[in-house]
Amino acid sequence: MREMEGKDMATATKNSRSDAKPAPTGLAVHCRGVTKHYGAGDNKVMALRGVDLEIAYGQLMMLVGPSGCGKTTLISVIAGILDRDEGECSVFGVDYETISQRQRTLWRGQNIGFVFQAFNLLPTLTAAENAAVPLMILGEGRHSAVKKAEDVLARVGLEGRSKSLPSQLSGGQQQRVAIARALVHQPRLIVCDEPTSALDEHTGHSVMRLLKGVAMAEDRALVIVTHDARIFSFADRIATMNDGVVTRVAAPDALTH
Amino acid sequence: MSYVALRMLLGDKLKYLGLIAGISFAAMLITQQAGILVGLAHQTGAFIRDTSQADIWLMDPEVRFSQDALALKDTLLYRARSVEGVEWAVPLYFGFVKMKLPDGTRKVVQVVGLDDATLTGGPPEMVVGQLSDLRKDKALLVDATIMDTKLALRREGGRPLKIGDRVTFSDKQEAVVTATYKASRSFFWEPMVYTTYSRAKQLAPTEPKMTPYVLVKAKPGVDLHDLTQRLEAQLGVRARTNAEFDRATVNFILKETGILINFGMAVALGFAVGALVAGQMLYNFTLDNLRYYGALKALGTTNARLMGMVLLQAAVVGLIGYGIGVGLAAGLGTLVAKGGLAFLLPWQILVLTAGAILVICLASAGLCLSRVLKLEAAAVFK
Ligand SMILES: Nc1ncnc2c1ncn2[C@@H]1O[C@H](COP(=O)(O)OP(=O)(O)O)[C@@H](O)[C@H]1O
Ligand SMILES: [Mg+2]
Repeated sequence: MREMEGKDMATATKNSRSDAKPAPTGLAVHCRGVTKHYGAGDNKVMALRGVDLEIAYGQLMMLVGPSGCGKTTLISVIAGILDRDEGECSVFGVDYETISQRQRTLWRGQNIGFVFQAFNLLPTLTAAENAAVPLMILGEGRHSAVKKAEDVLARVGLEGRSKSLPSQLSGGQQQRVAIARALVHQPRLIVCDEPTSALDEHTGHSVMRLLKGVAMAEDRALVIVTHDARIFSFADRIATMNDGVVTRVAAPDALTH
Repeated sequence: MSYVALRMLLGDKLKYLGLIAGISFAAMLITQQAGILVGLAHQTGAFIRDTSQADIWLMDPEVRFSQDALALKDTLLYRARSVEGVEWAVPLYFGFVKMKLPDGTRKVVQVVGLDDATLTGGPPEMVVGQLSDLRKDKALLVDATIMDTKLALRREGGRPLKIGDRVTFSDKQEAVVTATYKASRSFFWEPMVYTTYSRAKQLAPTEPKMTPYVLVKAKPGVDLHDLTQRLEAQLGVRARTNAEFDRATVNFILKETGILINFGMAVALGFAVGALVAGQMLYNFTLDNLRYYGALKALGTTNARLMGMVLLQAAVVGLIGYGIGVGLAAGLGTLVAKGGLAFLLPWQILVLTAGAILVICLASAGLCLSRVLKLEAAAVFK
């Protein structure tokens, strides 16, 4: 049984905050019947077979499911780095199919924050410079961008490491830099692919607390792909995927029975 | 984002130095080979430049280069003197003759015979003695720089030829080494000796009333182009200014000896090797960074920006590599030129090398861009 309580969740979140901004109406992410295949002929793989998913404003949605079920493909479509085949999908009311590649790239730069599983930090940039990249992409000067990135690094517990190169940081610290990079330009949607899989339980929890504490606001949303049952409790909603479809959306306690 | 592009490039010192080395190598190879080619070309005109006190050379129409002397009638000299615009005209002997050294060894030498009255057309610099020493009996001027090498007496333990030594021509005519000179380094291998016009004609087995060249000086203010046309029309010979004769000689030698093709191929090879080495390194550098370009793309960097970044990286390594390569080639060239080998570096070579490096960098940047621009941003989640 699929639960569709997105709007209610957004309202609940809004009420719990003392933010003066009016709450946005509608859904942060709205997908219906999304399909996506890779390859052709004998090699054709149906990665998504008609995904329905709604994410409300202010919601932290986790995507779980067996390996190969299409989680990465789905967040790639949602983040606008992969074209869907069929179905509808809009993010903050924008349907990527209606805008040009270039506009989509620029839109991503403004609205999406990424935390990649493999971090993908540029090895020759310092932690602060890495975290400042989204601001520089948006045209901010290097010095002020790095200054802002240093503030964000401090918030994720990396003060004093801003001049370190990625190779001088532990896995957990690199992940924090990646998270700082996803936060620095205050994007409205953050997508994370297995952000804690490389981390021990303690670090994983502190990363999740960070993401939840710093990234969430009533006009934003967060999607996290994970295998890691230890962090399920941080979710507002958990969507379970199987073989290219979302089979169930539930609150975390419902999932752990 | 220029900063990010530069950090990507400079951050990995080893790869960066490899790239610079690759481009430098290409630039050096191209500059070096082209410099030797131009140096050789320049050397072929050495005799003409050293004999440029007059303005115009009169010669048989069949003459193709300066060492290719064919005889003209002696009377041409007098007729040339009466052509309007001619200040003066003198004969110049040139020919290849067999010379026997004091130890009995034979050498083919280039004999230059200067007008007896004026000694016009002598070597640019005397080492021992003076040009007027040629007026002494049997006098001969020898190149000071080869007396202990090409002209050393092998059968006398390799002792250098020296002032006062007697040499014979055509097995009977005797001459004495009277003074020594220094000339521009020439492409032509055979030693050059100077004597007077009339003595040269005795030493060499030539037709009596013929002269290989007539040198003509124009009156002040006379247009050289007009004068050569007038001389050709009135005398039925070929008239070339110093510059024209130089150019004709260079062109002929470069083509006929295959030097142009050989060095042209060496330049092309330098270009190809350089393009392969440098292009491959730049391409590898980009491939190594592909996942980061992908991340930048996902994070909102447009294709135009990525293109700018790759081009900036190519431009930086191109410029630095060009500077180092040309610098090395120039340094090396100056060294070999001191040793007497041919090397010249006119600005045209710098432009040629710059163009070649530009092509190499643009081509490899283009190759890299084809990968970067096609990159699926979704690959970042892999
Ligand atoms: N680039 C690709 N080319 C071909 N098949 C792919 C590609 N990416 C993913 N797939 C296939 O699509 C399916 C879904 O992949 P993915 O979305 O990565 O799953 P998950 O993230 O849940 O493990 C898998 O069967 C996978 O093998
Ligand atoms: Mg995955």
